[in-house]
Amino acid sequence: MIIEHSRIIAIQGDIITVPATGISYGELASVKGRRGTSLAQVIRLRGEDVLLQVFAGARGVATGDQVRFLGHPMQAAFGDALLGRIFNGSGDPIDNGAELVALPRIPIGGPSVNPIMRVIPRGFIETRVPMVDVFNPLVESQKLPIFAAAGEPYNDLLARIGMRANADIVILGGIGLKHDEYLKFRNAFEEAGVLSRTIMFMHTASDPVVERLLVPDMSLAVAEQFAIQGKRVLVLLTDMTAFADAMKEIAISMDQVPSNLGYPGSLYSDLASRYEKAVDFEGAGSITILAVTTMPGDDVTHPVPDNTGYITEGQFYLRKGVIEPFGSLSRLKQLVIGKVTRDDHGYIMNSMIRLFAKSREVEQKLAMGFDKTPDDDRYLNYAKLFYDRFMDLKVDIGLNEALDLGWKTMAECFRPDEVGIKQEIVDQYWPDGH
Amino acid sequence: MDSVNNSHSRVVGVTGPLATVEVGKGQEVSQNEVGFVTCEGVPLKAEIIRIRGNLVDMQVFESTTGLQVGDKVDFSGELLSATLGPGILGNIYEGLQNPLAKLENDQGFFLKRGQYLPSLDEEKTWEFTPVVTKGATVKAGHYLGKVPESIFDHHIMVPLTFLGTWEVLDIKPAGPYNINEQIALLRNEEEREEIVTMKQEWPVKMPMRVYKERLLPDRELLTQCRLIDIFYPLAEGGTACIPGPFGAGKTVLQQIVSRYAETDIVIVVACGERAGEVVETIKEFPELEDPKTGKSLMERTIIICNTSSMPVAAREASIYTGITLGEYFRQLGLKVLLLADSTSRWAQALRESSARMEEIPGEEAFPAYLESRIAAVYERAGLVRLHDDSTGSLTIMGTVSPAGGNFEEPVTQNTLKVVGAFYGLSRTRSDQRRYPAIDPLLSWSLYRTLMKDSLNERHENWVDLVQEAQDLLFKGNDIHQMMLVVGEEGISVDDLVTYLKSELIDTVCLQQDAFDVVERATSKERQVLDFLLLMEMVHHQFEFSNKEDAKKEMTNIQNLFFQLKYCAFQGEDYQKYRKEIETILRKE
Ligand SMILES: Nc1ncnc2c1ncn2[C@@H]1O[C@H](COP(=O)(O)OP(=O)(O)OP(=O)(O)O)[C@@H](O)[C@H]1O
Ligand SMILES: [Mg+2]
Repeated sequence: MIIEHSRIIAIQGDIITVPATGISYGELASVKGRRGTSLAQVIRLRGEDVLLQVFAGARGVATGDQVRFLGHPMQAAFGDALLGRIFNGSGDPIDNGAELVALPRIPIGGPSVNPIMRVIPRGFIETRVPMVDVFNPLVESQKLPIFAAAGEPYNDLLARIGMRANADIVILGGIGLKHDEYLKFRNAFEEAGVLSRTIMFMHTASDPVVERLLVPDMSLAVAEQFAIQGKRVLVLLTDMTAFADAMKEIAISMDQVPSNLGYPGSLYSDLASRYEKAVDFEGAGSITILAVTTMPGDDVTHPVPDNTGYITEGQFYLRKGVIEPFGSLSRLKQLVIGKVTRDDHGYIMNSMIRLFAKSREVEQKLAMGFDKTPDDDRYLNYAKLFYDRFMDLKVDIGLNEALDLGWKTMAECFRPDEVGIKQEIVDQYWPDGH
Repeated sequence: MDSVNNSHSRVVGVTGPLATVEVGKGQEVSQNEVGFVTCEGVPLKAEIIRIRGNLVDMQVFESTTGLQVGDKVDFSGELLSATLGPGILGNIYEGLQNPLAKLENDQGFFLKRGQYLPSLDEEKTWEFTPVVTKGATVKAGHYLGKVPESIFDHHIMVPLTFLGTWEVLDIKPAGPYNINEQIALLRNEEEREEIVTMKQEWPVKMPMRVYKERLLPDRELLTQCRLIDIFYPLAEGGTACIPGPFGAGKTVLQQIVSRYAETDIVIVVACGERAGEVVETIKEFPELEDPKTGKSLMERTIIICNTSSMPVAAREASIYTGITLGEYFRQLGLKVLLLADSTSRWAQALRESSARMEEIPGEEAFPAYLESRIAAVYERAGLVRLHDDSTGSLTIMGTVSPAGGNFEEPVTQNTLKVVGAFYGLSRTRSDQRRYPAIDPLLSWSLYRTLMKDSLNERHENWVDLVQEAQDLLFKGNDIHQMMLVVGEEGISVDDLVTYLKSELIDTVCLQQDAFDVVERATSKERQVLDFLLLMEMVHHQFEFSNKEDAKKEMTNIQNLFFQLKYCAFQGEDYQKYRKEIETILRKE
């Protein structure tokens, strides 16, 4: 049933109020006026009044604009035809390709998976980024954020992982992206020839703020359907702080009392309901989420990274252009290391990090003006090799190759009895000639 | 839905999970009463959380998408209640006690709204044996009979809601009955007759006070986590909180305690946290053995699971559902431990509904009644003497997830006012991988003094020894702080030794690897033996002439203790390392 109304009695922020009856909570409407048409969603019913958030923003909306209720909540088109395509936050194509009229529609922001239908994660997702694969591997169905200050190359990292990761389908959700960044993503995926397994929902900074709210839900709803069909889907979201900021704007327009720095008290639940879409379906596919969360003021206790950390299964810190080996943590790594991956993986991971920590101590010691010992040189050399061969984001190698390189690097700098790995593993893997 | 004149109540407003309802004329409603809001033809369960004139605010336990102004509301006349009786153990419930395994799933995976199934198996029969005879006089909570369940006798009680004195008019003979069959007929002083089955209901938000008296919690509840049991012990019937920043180890600590704590029943309330974490418990517990009974751990466990993406109103209810089940098993004379992860998510659920009702907010937008709600939750723990003079206990341990990891926030602060033990996790310790990351300098337990007598049964002067070890940790920390300023050169050899001793205690006693088969749980016997040996080391007067010697020898001893703790108790290696340490400490 489509109902039309044309009396907007209040506009506050991006929220409009229309008197109407027979309207459902969560229902979608189109708001059509002299300055354009936008979708809007019912976010509150109050007696005869219906409050809607206008996705394109309420700027320029006139009291005489026509509000048409569509009789259903927000939906996304779904089908294989989405592959290789680029859409905006509302799901309209922005790549000059065909409209998707024929595709079936699926609801977005659907209910939670019954927890007992989940399985313990067991798949390893190779990203060909050694700091991830070797030291904090991404596990299928994991949700992990990349915490980074503004200016860090987090989108390059995300693009790289999107192009190389061994997933069946990659869905990229851009939220408040700079237009250049959007183009960079598009060109990079095109050049790498992976567009055909990629779907992009792109909201750029010049698009209306409220539309940001749709990107994670669109991306995840589509991911969910592919996963049910058995696909291993990797969802990349950037930047979730921009998403949270849009929630903040809506909350403020609704006169909600903020809990912390203006963010609504529901921020945790709002973020969790998205991240918890990460899942491994028994007998079908999976959804893995890697999301950028920029840290305003480089402060991890800021409400957005803080709430995110409480939701996700670990975190990567991107600092000075590299993934920080300390502090970064994949909480699920023990589910795959040495089980799905090679049996020396766990040993390499621990020893290399321990040696690197030692190298940092040496660097600090020397910085404080202490004398250098011959041992120190070996640690310094190791630190340099570690940086060039593992930390540099340009490095593009698979896990096994990286593990072999790990042995080689240790052998170039240390004796077998210095690396703290048990003998039988050393016997098996220590490179000849060292 | 048999209440009078029901169908004239209508929805007049919706915001998120909150529905405002105009109550029909003549309809009586009560606070916390359950109603059903019909949404797209499906009745959705809801609870009244505010009444103002003929308007009531209801929190709907499901998604409200599709709800319209004018939709019909029916009230049940009942308060939000839990169903109690045989068959609860081993279940995985969502926040309102729906059995998750029996729900039908959309597309095979997704929760579908509006499904309310019986919490207990109604077909299953239980071997009932009566313990009273016709003509007996009984009161609420008195035992009428029993059925065997898991490892204990599940007493069938006079319903806990029955007021006054009752006469047993009829009691069924021994035999198999299901939970809906009559097992007794009772009559009270006002000549009212009531049929009793094995099943009963209790309103979840009301404390169950059907006991003779509450006792001081003066016995220890062994968790097998050394830092807790030795330094900051938990009492049976006591309360504890575990605040800590994200990733500091709250969940791992609770998971360890849920497996190895010495208790009859464990209730795990996964309240607004990750579904993945519950899955581990669900999949692993059936495979793990309860060391006490040899049965599967699942048989002593109940899981209440309202994870972060499930409806937020049911999250608020989930803690109460868990506590009510806990109080019920306490009435059966059992030792119950409830673990809630995380109480902050529950408090946030309160905050969300308070905001939607546009109440005047307090600190960080939490409602002004946050403090009293937190207190009321923990107050339901306790060690009690029952009608037959046996005791039962409910111990509550909740995690807190403070914003920014800062303990100066309302949930942590209000919890600290009411709990008996505080296990504060520190970011510094978790970054150093010193697990469990409970900060020994910050944490406390009021039970160490309260339980002094029973703790001293471990060994004479046990409590004093522990105090001494604790003092040493503080002293060690002071010296460490000093060293950061003046360097190792700036302190005396004695101070260095004190520092190294405190580090040794930290490394081999406080730190306990949750993922090592030996380390993850330490029995009481072993705690005593190993701690006494450790204190022997503390008391030993080392004679070091210089710092290098001191460091060398202390490193050696620390390594021996370190090896010792990873050896199976009383095994060959264990004996070997113990001997070695004793030889060093006891040589003249
Ligand atoms: N006792 C322990 N032994 C070994 N590792 C531990 C221990 N406790 C925690 N860890 C490590 O820390 C990680 C995070 O722990 P946990 O999930 O318990 O944190 P949390 O405090 O519950 O965090 P959140 O608030 O985000 O839920 C674990 O995945 C594990 O790697
Ligand atoms: Mg946790």
